[in-house]
Amino acid sequence: MRLSRKLLAIGLGTAALVALNQMFEHGLGNFQINPYYARIINLIGINVTLAVSLNLINGLAGQFSIGHAGFMAVGGYTATYLTVYHGKAIAALAGSTLSDGVGASLAMVASLAVGALAAALAGLLVGIPSLRLRGDYLAIVTLGFSEIIRVLILNIPAVGGATGFTDAIPITNFFWIFAMAILTIMVVRNIATSTFGHALATIRGDEIAAEAMGINTTRHKVLAFVISAAFAGVAGGLSGQLFANPLNPQNLNFVKSIEVIVMIVLGGIGSITGATLGATILTVLPEALRTFDRQFPGLRMVVYALLLILMMIFRPQGLLGRRELSWSWLGAGRRTKQPIGRSGTGGLAR
Amino acid sequence: METFLQQLINGFSLGAIYALIALGYTMVYGVLRLINFAHGDVYMLGAFAGYFIANALELDANPSIFGTIVVTIGSMGICACIGVLIERFAYRPVRSHSRLTSLITAIGVSLLLEYGGQVVFGATPRFFPQMIRSRTYAFGGVQITNQSLLIIIVAVVVMFGLEFVVHRTKIGKAMRATSFNLSVAKLMGINTDFVIAFTFALGSALAAAGGVMVALAIPRIDPLMGLMTGLKAFVAAVLGGIGSIPGAMVGGVLIGLMETWLGATAYSTYRDAVAFSVLILILLFRPAGIMGTATTEKV
Repeated sequence: MRLSRKLLAIGLGTAALVALNQMFEHGLGNFQINPYYARIINLIGINVTLAVSLNLINGLAGQFSIGHAGFMAVGGYTATYLTVYHGKAIAALAGSTLSDGVGASLAMVASLAVGALAAALAGLLVGIPSLRLRGDYLAIVTLGFSEIIRVLILNIPAVGGATGFTDAIPITNFFWIFAMAILTIMVVRNIATSTFGHALATIRGDEIAAEAMGINTTRHKVLAFVISAAFAGVAGGLSGQLFANPLNPQNLNFVKSIEVIVMIVLGGIGSITGATLGATILTVLPEALRTFDRQFPGLRMVVYALLLILMMIFRPQGLLGRRELSWSWLGAGRRTKQPIGRSGTGGLAR
Repeated sequence: METFLQQLINGFSLGAIYALIALGYTMVYGVLRLINFAHGDVYMLGAFAGYFIANALELDANPSIFGTIVVTIGSMGICACIGVLIERFAYRPVRSHSRLTSLITAIGVSLLLEYGGQVVFGATPRFFPQMIRSRTYAFGGVQITNQSLLIIIVAVVVMFGLEFVVHRTKIGKAMRATSFNLSVAKLMGINTDFVIAFTFALGSALAAAGGVMVALAIPRIDPLMGLMTGLKAFVAAVLGGIGSIPGAMVGGVLIGLMETWLGATAYSTYRDAVAFSVLILILLFRPAGIMGTATTEKV
C-alpha cells in the first residue's frame, strides 16, 4: 500500500471507530445499546489485545509464557495509578478536565503509554534471565514472576491492596479499546511478516539452527517478549479504567493467564485471526453459560480444562491452525495464497 | 537462639512436605521431561481420599496410629491409580507431539482436577479428622508436635526408600535407562510405557502421602490447596536440581526454612513470593540447581 492509501485507511478507520463510539455512548436515534452487551463487546476488545499480544511470544516465537496476567497487572496498575493520582494535572495540560472528552483522551493516552512502558520494563526484567533457558523453565519463571507481582500489589495500600483498585476513574471507552485492539493486531501482523518475524519463526522451528544461521536468539526472544508484555500492559490499563471493572489482584492470578492461553490455543497457536476468534469465543461463551455457572460454581473452568485437554489430544493446532484471514485468502483464486508467519514461505522467497 | 531453633524445626516440617511433593515432580521430569502441573492437585486428591477413608473408619471418634497408617496407605493406593489414569488418558496420547502440547495438557489436567474438585467436593474447606491425638514434646525451650515429627520422619524414610528403588532395583534401572534415552531404552527391550506408568504411580503415591501428612498438621483441606503448594514444590525441585532425589529433598527443606523465617518477620505478607524469587535467582546463577549436573547442549 502506498502512503496516501495507508493514511486514508487510518483516517477512515478512526472515523468509523469514533462514529461507533458515539453510538455506544449516546445511541443512534431511538436505538440505545444495552449496557450489558456494550460491556461484553468492550471486554472482547480487551481480550483480543491480550490474546494477540500473547500470540506474539507463544505463537510466533514458540516460547511458552504463562505469566501474561502479571504484565497486565503491571501495566494496568501503573496506568490506573497515573490517572487516579495525576489525571487531573494531565487533563489540565490541555486546559480540560477528566470528565471532558479532550482531557480524558489525553489522560488515556498518557496512562496507556506509561502502563505499556512499565509492562515492557517488567518484560525486559523477566526476559533477560529466563529467555536464555528453554521452554519449561521460561514457563515456570513467567508464572513465578506474575505471582510475585500479585503479592507485591497485595502489599501496596495506595493501589487498594487486596480490595482492588476501586478508586479508578472510568475513562476507557469503546474507541480506545478497539483502537488498541486493532493497533495490537497490526503490530503483531507486521512483525510476523518482517525480517524480525521470520527470525522468530526460525527460532520456533529450531533454535540451534537459528543460532547457527547467525540469529541472536536471546535478543530476538527478549525483544518479542518485551513487545508482548507492553501490549499486555495496555490491555491492563484499558481494563482497569473501564466502568465498574476495578483491577483486583485476585483476578490477575494464574487463572487469568491460563484463560488467555486457552484463547490462543483454541483459535490456533500462531494465528492472529485465531487469537482474535478465540478471545471472542471465550468472552461470549462464559456469559452465555452464566446461569449454568451460577448453579454449579467452577463448572466453567472445568469446561475450559476439558477443552484444553481434548484440543491437545485431537486438534493440537487449534481451530484455525496457523491459517490467517487475509484479502488474498478471501479472494482465493485471484491471487496465490501467501500465508504469513510461516517459515520458508513469503519473505525469503520474494 | 531458642526462637532460631524453633523456626528451624517449623521450617523443616514445612520443607519436608514440599520435599515429598517435589520428589514426584523430579521423577516425572527426569523420565519424561514434562512439568507435571497436575502433581500438586494429586496431592490435594490425596488429602481428600484420606479424608473420606478416615471418615468411613470413624477415626475422629477413636484416633489410632494403626488407623492413620491404613488411611495413608489407602490414600496412596487411590492416588497411584489416579496418577496412572492421568498418564494413560491425558499424557500418553500427546507424548509424540511437541513438549509444548504436553505442557498445555498438563495445565489442563491440573485445572480439571482443581475445578472438578470444586464441583464435586464443594469450594468450602473441610476439616480433616484428628487421627492422632496432638502431643507436644519439649526439648529445652524448643517444641515439636508429634505431627511435625511424623512428617519429617516419613519424608526422610521415603527419600531413602526412593533412592533404593531407583538405584538398587530392576525397575529403577529401567527408569534410569528410560530417563537417559526413551527410544534407546525401548530398543533394549524395556517396556517404557510400563516404566512411565510406574513412575507416575510412585510419584502420585508420594504426593498422596504428603497430602495426608499435611492434613494431620493443618487439618483444613480444600480443592485449591494443591495449586500454590504444588508450584512451590516444583520450585523446590528446580532449586535442588531437577531429576535429583536428594536435590528435591534439599530444595524442599530450603524453601520451607526460608518461608518460615520470613513468616516470622514483619514481611510475612510477602511469604508467597519467596519461592519464586529464589527460583529466578537460581536460574540466573545456577540453572542446574544445587545438586543437579549441568548438561551441555549437543548439536
